[in-house]
Amino acid sequence: MKVLDPTSERAPAERARVARPPALAGLTVGLLDISKPRGNVFLDRVEELLRGRGAAVRRYAKPTFTKPAPIDVRHEISTQCDVVIEALAD
Amino acid sequence: MELPEGLVAVVKADCPTCRLVRPVLDELGAHVVSEDDDDGLELSYRLGVETVPTLLRVRDGKEEQRTVGWSRRGWEAIAETAGFGAGLPESRPGCGSRTLDPGVADELAVRFQGHRLRSRRVEFSILEDEAEAMYDRGWSDGLPVVAPTEARVLRMLGGTARDPQDVVAVVPPDLVPCTVEKAAINAVLAGCRPEYLPVVLAAVEAACTDEFNAHGVLATTMPVGPVVVVNGPVRRRIGMNSGVNVLGQGNRANSTIGRALQLVIRNVGGGRPGGVDRAAHGNPGKVGVCFPEDEEGSPWEPFHVWRGFDAGASTVTLFAGEGPRGIVDQLSRDPESLARSFAACLRTVQHPKLPMIFDALLVVGPEHGRVFREAGWSRTRLLERLDALLQLPGDELVRGAGGIAEGLPPSVAGATLPKFRPGGLLVVHAGGGAGLFSTVFAGWASGPTGSQPVTREVGT
Repeated sequence: MKVLDPTSERAPAERARVARPPALAGLTVGLLDISKPRGNVFLDRVEELLRGRGAAVRRYAKPTFTKPAPIDVRHEISTQCDVVIEALAD
Repeated sequence: MELPEGLVAVVKADCPTCRLVRPVLDELGAHVVSEDDDDGLELSYRLGVETVPTLLRVRDGKEEQRTVGWSRRGWEAIAETAGFGAGLPESRPGCGSRTLDPGVADELAVRFQGHRLRSRRVEFSILEDEAEAMYDRGWSDGLPVVAPTEARVLRMLGGTARDPQDVVAVVPPDLVPCTVEKAAINAVLAGCRPEYLPVVLAAVEAACTDEFNAHGVLATTMPVGPVVVVNGPVRRRIGMNSGVNVLGQGNRANSTIGRALQLVIRNVGGGRPGGVDRAAHGNPGKVGVCFPEDEEGSPWEPFHVWRGFDAGASTVTLFAGEGPRGIVDQLSRDPESLARSFAACLRTVQHPKLPMIFDALLVVGPEHGRVFREAGWSRTRLLERLDALLQLPGDELVRGAGGIAEGLPPSVAGATLPKFRPGGLLVVHAGGGAGLFSTVFAGWASGPTGSQPVTREVGT
């Protein structure tokens, strides 16, 4: 039997990760607040801990947690930061 | 394929009328195309011949006129001459074209229209059971799917006037442009009939708007999915059920249209449970929920008219909703009492202490609708009364109130807050004629930061 493929037929693009740095001192770490209630409280503490290890920290925020981050925000993070911590809390 | 010039007759061997007119065709010097050979069958298919004999007049490569069966007057007009066919009756009906024979029609469609389909062909081996093969490839929502053969997809595409390569929407989460063809393939998987396809296309388009936010509806940990409400003439045309068991099983259009939308999001958009779909519980309606409003029995104007569309238009309205739950009130015979029952139940949407965060879709049953009709309450009057009844005292909403930690910050104490944001409560009419019940779909994060109800007109 011959059928038609119902999927997007896309192969996901794969890109190599940036090498993991040995230490965070002197690097810029981006922290993205997805705009869930009290996410800022958690990120404030993370920022404090990172600064204690000698990292610079930049903070970003999505307009709403329900939608993907706008492309401008993603672009800013990729050009302004050396390291990104990707995480989600709910 | 080029058309012969002059008179062209399409015939087949086992048609008595074709045999009857054979001498006339010789007499007129007509070019005879037989459906009994492959070239003739192809030409007949391309000419859209439904009855044999069909007599055409072709001039400069273009068909000018045609007639079907045998009729002396009709043939004289086409042949632009008279006096032939002496001894033949005045008229005789023709026979069905071979192009329409069961089996042949599908085969011809695939042979001559198959190139319009751009999707990758997947061939199952003879050792594979196709139902199992489709599960194994991840194309199913967990229920059996219909194999999207070329013939079935072409038949499905017959349900729309749109080009198969038209892009319907960009589908999240992978943000993939979904063509009419891809939507049609998934409609076949879902079990749709071709006439449902325009409704599926409108639902896909509505779901993929920024307002509806299908990405968020999919990704959320809450138990919501797209709920599709259909209005307008298309409901009856495709045989939807707005009556007994309207939200349940048993009607093919109700059951498959919402499923087709969810399969598009799964297969084209790449949205799968455990992947981007992070629902803690989900709900059984995430297989697909679609139902029509009972406009004919409604005490109010059709829902789509209330939302600003013409009564003659057909629409889909998408609402991000969880599973439906009942509202029982068997004693209220006046609208004020019934509105109070509705308000008491609606307050509990998601949580009785959380106002303005969640929308709701209230499905008023016919026996409840009758109470409002007899009292002359419009939909607007009901909504205004519910809004008044659902002004909640902040003191009851703050964290800790009622011994419940969930709630709003202490700053709302002393204030009054509405349960629903303006426009956040939608009311439609549907259900079986017996039972003093209504039903409510609780919503998800509402407004521009979450999902807003979206209505789109159903095209052709």
